[in-house]
Amino acid sequence: MTSKEYIESGILELYVFGKLSEAENQEVQQMMAEHPIIRQEVVAIEDAVINLSQSVAPRLSAINYEKIRNQILEKRKVIEMKSKSSWSSYVGWAAAAVLVVGFGLQFNKLNESNQVIDKLGSEKSAMQESIVDLELKKKEAETVLAIVRDNNNQAVALAGQAVSPESYAKAYYNKVTKEVYVDVAGLPTPPKGKVYQVWALKLSPLTPTSIGVLDNFTVDNTKVFKVDNAQDAEAFGITLEPAGGSVSPTLEQLYTLGKV
Amino acid sequence: MEQEELIKELLKKDDKSFTLLYDNYSKSLYGVIYNLIRNTEEAEDVLQEVFVKIWKNIDSYNESKGRLYTWMLNIARNSSIDKLRSKNFNNSQKNLSADNFVHVLEDSSKTTNRIDAIGIKEFIMKLKPKCIQIIDLLFFKGYTQQEASDELEMPLGTVKTNNRNCMNELRKMIHD
Repeated sequence: MTSKEYIESGILELYVFGKLSEAENQEVQQMMAEHPIIRQEVVAIEDAVINLSQSVAPRLSAINYEKIRNQILEKRKVIEMKSKSSWSSYVGWAAAAVLVVGFGLQFNKLNESNQVIDKLGSEKSAMQESIVDLELKKKEAETVLAIVRDNNNQAVALAGQAVSPESYAKAYYNKVTKEVYVDVAGLPTPPKGKVYQVWALKLSPLTPTSIGVLDNFTVDNTKVFKVDNAQDAEAFGITLEPAGGSVSPTLEQLYTLGKV
Repeated sequence: MEQEELIKELLKKDDKSFTLLYDNYSKSLYGVIYNLIRNTEEAEDVLQEVFVKIWKNIDSYNESKGRLYTWMLNIARNSSIDKLRSKNFNNSQKNLSADNFVHVLEDSSKTTNRIDAIGIKEFIMKLKPKCIQIIDLLFFKGYTQQEASDELEMPLGTVKTNNRNCMNELRKMIHD
């Protein structure tokens, strides 16, 4: 059997999984010693399953590390006691008393240290979480910046209308790709059961086309949303609609409007 | 680090070797344990137990027993199964196999380590169901070829090669 055939037989996978008999194990080891390529394959299989199993592991905090470390490294400090002749047993008791006191003190110290470790551990996990959050925020900010900077994007100011004169919004309309982003940071948080809906408008005759319902308005921090592409839009408007959006805009609830 | 060097370091049994051991294998072993136990608190206990056993017995390990990782994997699986038995979990193999590691991925978007899991997770979801089952039984649950063949109603002679093909697919996904 060539080493290639040997590899293709699937025996190496079972070797790494620990599912072979002792005799089979020995055979694989011999093959590994003789053929570097087989050895490489075993290492690659091992890497793959380590990768796989890591990916299904829930988060392990620093506290786990400290707990296991303490338990393991404490275990090494075993105190040996030997029986001695009678006179030495008094010395033994005295020593034991000293030890008890000593242990008490040590135990207190250990508790204190453990508390410090726990605290540091949770602080570390908290910091790791905030790093992840910051990275996500940074990504968001970069996305927004890229939209604003894009030369093909035309910024369309959408002014507040009768129902909410202080509102404002902006649409970024890419004339080439027809993509549309809306920046709705200037709109009030919609009341429960209502959502903002974005419309692309053609002016003569006035035809509104829905290009998106902003149903995660409250969740998104940047308040910049990508909506559907709009073909030759001449204006954009945003209305407040019942959850899920409407087929045609409720004009009494027109919050902002602007011409391209 | 190559296995040989790692073993040499581990045998020193000092602070540094513990950290090395933990950094290299804790997540993987924990993944295997959690896949069997499905409860983070208990899985953490088992992980601790497993590390104590590894540490205590590392002197008795030698390469003729197989890969170091395989040796630890066996300890992790066996300790998890013991835990399930001691807890009177209903651990007939049917029940054990009702769920697989992909379910862990699917329902653990909150508990799974966000940074590391995101990448590979998407790929694993794309594995064929048959592949998910076979890798789950043989690797995660430690079934023998015979047991896997019964469970999957797959001829015994094809288990090994099917598993090989599935592992190849997994490896391709990881590396692409």
